[in-house]
Amino acid sequence: MTTHLHPNLSRPNKMNAGKPTATAIFAGLLLALAVGIGNAQAATPAEKGLEIAKEMDRRDLGFKDSRANLTMTLTNRHGEQTTRKLRLSSLEVPHTATGDKSLTVFNYPRDIKGTAFLSFTKILDPDDQWLYLPAVKRVKRISSANKSGPFVGSEFAYEDLVSFEVGKYSYKWLKDEACGDLTCFVIERTPKYENSGYTKQIVWVDQGEYRVQKVDFYDRKDSLLKTLVQTQFKQYVDKYWRPSLMVVKNLQTGKATELRFSDYEFRVGLKEQDFTSSRLKRIR
Amino acid sequence: MIRPGFHPGARFAAAALAVLLWLQAAPGEAASSNGSFEIGGSVAAELRVFPGDRSFDGQDRSTLSPSVVMAPEFVHEWDGGNERLTFIPFARVDAHDENRSHLDIREAHWLHAADSWDLTVGLGKVFWGVTESRHLVDIVNQTDAVESVDGEDKLGQPMVQLNWHTDWGSLGLFALPGFRERTFADDEARVRGSKPVRGADATYDSSSEAKHVDLAARWSHAIGDVDFALSHFHGTSREPTFSEAVRDGKDVFIPHYDQIDQSGLEVQLTKGAWLWKLETMTRSGHGDRFAAAVAGFEYTLYQVAETSADLGLLTEIHYDGRDSAAPATAANNDVFVGARLTLNNTSDTEMLVGAIIDRITQETFISVEGAHRLSDYWKAEAEVRWSANVPDNGFFAGAKNDDFVLLRAERFF
Repeated sequence: MTTHLHPNLSRPNKMNAGKPTATAIFAGLLLALAVGIGNAQAATPAEKGLEIAKEMDRRDLGFKDSRANLTMTLTNRHGEQTTRKLRLSSLEVPHTATGDKSLTVFNYPRDIKGTAFLSFTKILDPDDQWLYLPAVKRVKRISSANKSGPFVGSEFAYEDLVSFEVGKYSYKWLKDEACGDLTCFVIERTPKYENSGYTKQIVWVDQGEYRVQKVDFYDRKDSLLKTLVQTQFKQYVDKYWRPSLMVVKNLQTGKATELRFSDYEFRVGLKEQDFTSSRLKRIR
Repeated sequence: MIRPGFHPGARFAAAALAVLLWLQAAPGEAASSNGSFEIGGSVAAELRVFPGDRSFDGQDRSTLSPSVVMAPEFVHEWDGGNERLTFIPFARVDAHDENRSHLDIREAHWLHAADSWDLTVGLGKVFWGVTESRHLVDIVNQTDAVESVDGEDKLGQPMVQLNWHTDWGSLGLFALPGFRERTFADDEARVRGSKPVRGADATYDSSSEAKHVDLAARWSHAIGDVDFALSHFHGTSREPTFSEAVRDGKDVFIPHYDQIDQSGLEVQLTKGAWLWKLETMTRSGHGDRFAAAVAGFEYTLYQVAETSADLGLLTEIHYDGRDSAAPATAANNDVFVGARLTLNNTSDTEMLVGAIIDRITQETFISVEGAHRLSDYWKAEAEVRWSANVPDNGFFAGAKNDDFVLLRAERFF
């Protein structure tokens, strides 16, 4: 789903972290072939769903690091809007066992300006998270058990914003169908990590570029809770697709949140040291 | 201590006018190839409501006590943010407390940030600690005690701070030239000690007095679920002891600042919805060496009653082994229980209710803090500070009738 806010972390293969090698390209071709064949041949829906997820993940390998400015617009059921502005930095961690690192710094509204949120994503273990409160110069390690809670009052839950990771879900391919001008795989994924607010997610992934076009989220009572639609995709460094607009509509409350990305930069040279709790104190 | 020509009311009016003028100014950001310059900060109007009667003759007896706070922020950054100049002056004008009407420079420093180290030179602020109800290890900055009774407001501290960030944690080295004396409420103001404090007559252990250069170091690291820090401070105690004296025919307290050595440890274990916290320190320099500790937990119930709200339950116990040669503390043998309610709404509404109870005297301090964002630029806050069972001979006896409710409206830029 949101490969984009906190990009994905599963690393099936360390050698893919740099330039694609001949072996990797060959493996990729084989896989594309396998998926293609899988469409026609007798893979189980679970196998096919997993292959699609792995291919989504593989296509995001090697992005190294990225930075973007985000504007979040929250709309309540009366149509009243409030805005948040934040800056997001992400670091790809080239290990299979751990996830990526991300740093979110708020710039607006002014009373939370400078507040920073550092997250080390894990696969099934709880994430490591720290919060920096600039008014008191305090770095707080916080609990990451709150996966299903709203992120800064928005319709995005914390678990929606962490990196996509193959091992976090089990999968089932449901069908192929048209999604706008494209054709999509429709897969069902079920969270395997603890404290999720969802029983399942139905994901529409386009067959050409394996981009998440739409997600339906089902709550703990298995009723449809909200829908995420991702549009205005742009390709960066000739490889990585990111949506410029993500819109979540909560179908139970009528609230909505729109997330707009701008000034996306890839491979800006961010390092592990830029993502440590002690460094939060010098961030603005 | 009313100075001729500067009646508090007149000062208050002048400050209110200054705030109105500043509100008309146009803070904002400017960026160029030479870096960026940004003006921000906030102004606030505050009202303290004292329902109880005064404790001392001559003390102000107003039920309503307004004040105005200005804290603009000026930041200039260049070289991609690796070089930064920060200037944050602070001013409060209080209608009734001459000492609470004060100016400070909270921050005025240059930061140079490299990949694995950074250097800060100037007036700055540093926080050490993990617990909520007492900040035992935190020692770099002096408490601006007229600002709040919770000890969380700090005066800007002159410092040279070098931080070194490595794979085995972060090491901070501090040289602190120039001591800041603690602030104390004016004789005629509410929320003061049982005797007026003559801060200007303060005495020191060190022959260099307030010019003693203090030194400090702190190593912090996170391994798995555990965040910890070890620190040491050598220099002038931020907490004074008090001696009794007579000035102008009045019984007063004279603060005295000892030279101390304090070693501190902070640990937090984060396990699911549980945060387990410990702060402990040992200090020499006030008579016998002593140790003190705060330990406890915060457990959070997420999305209580199928709402978006989180409810955190806090418990901390306080131990302090100091004797009468050391600065008095209320937290010698106490229990803190509290609850933090976070609504997770667009207004970031939150509330923290807590009580610190002395296990022997039953002396109790109750505190309620609430905050709610009114709009993109305005925030409303409320506080209640309530005390009960305050012993008549204790340091806080002077403030036993000074329970108050505080209302604040803050405008951000």
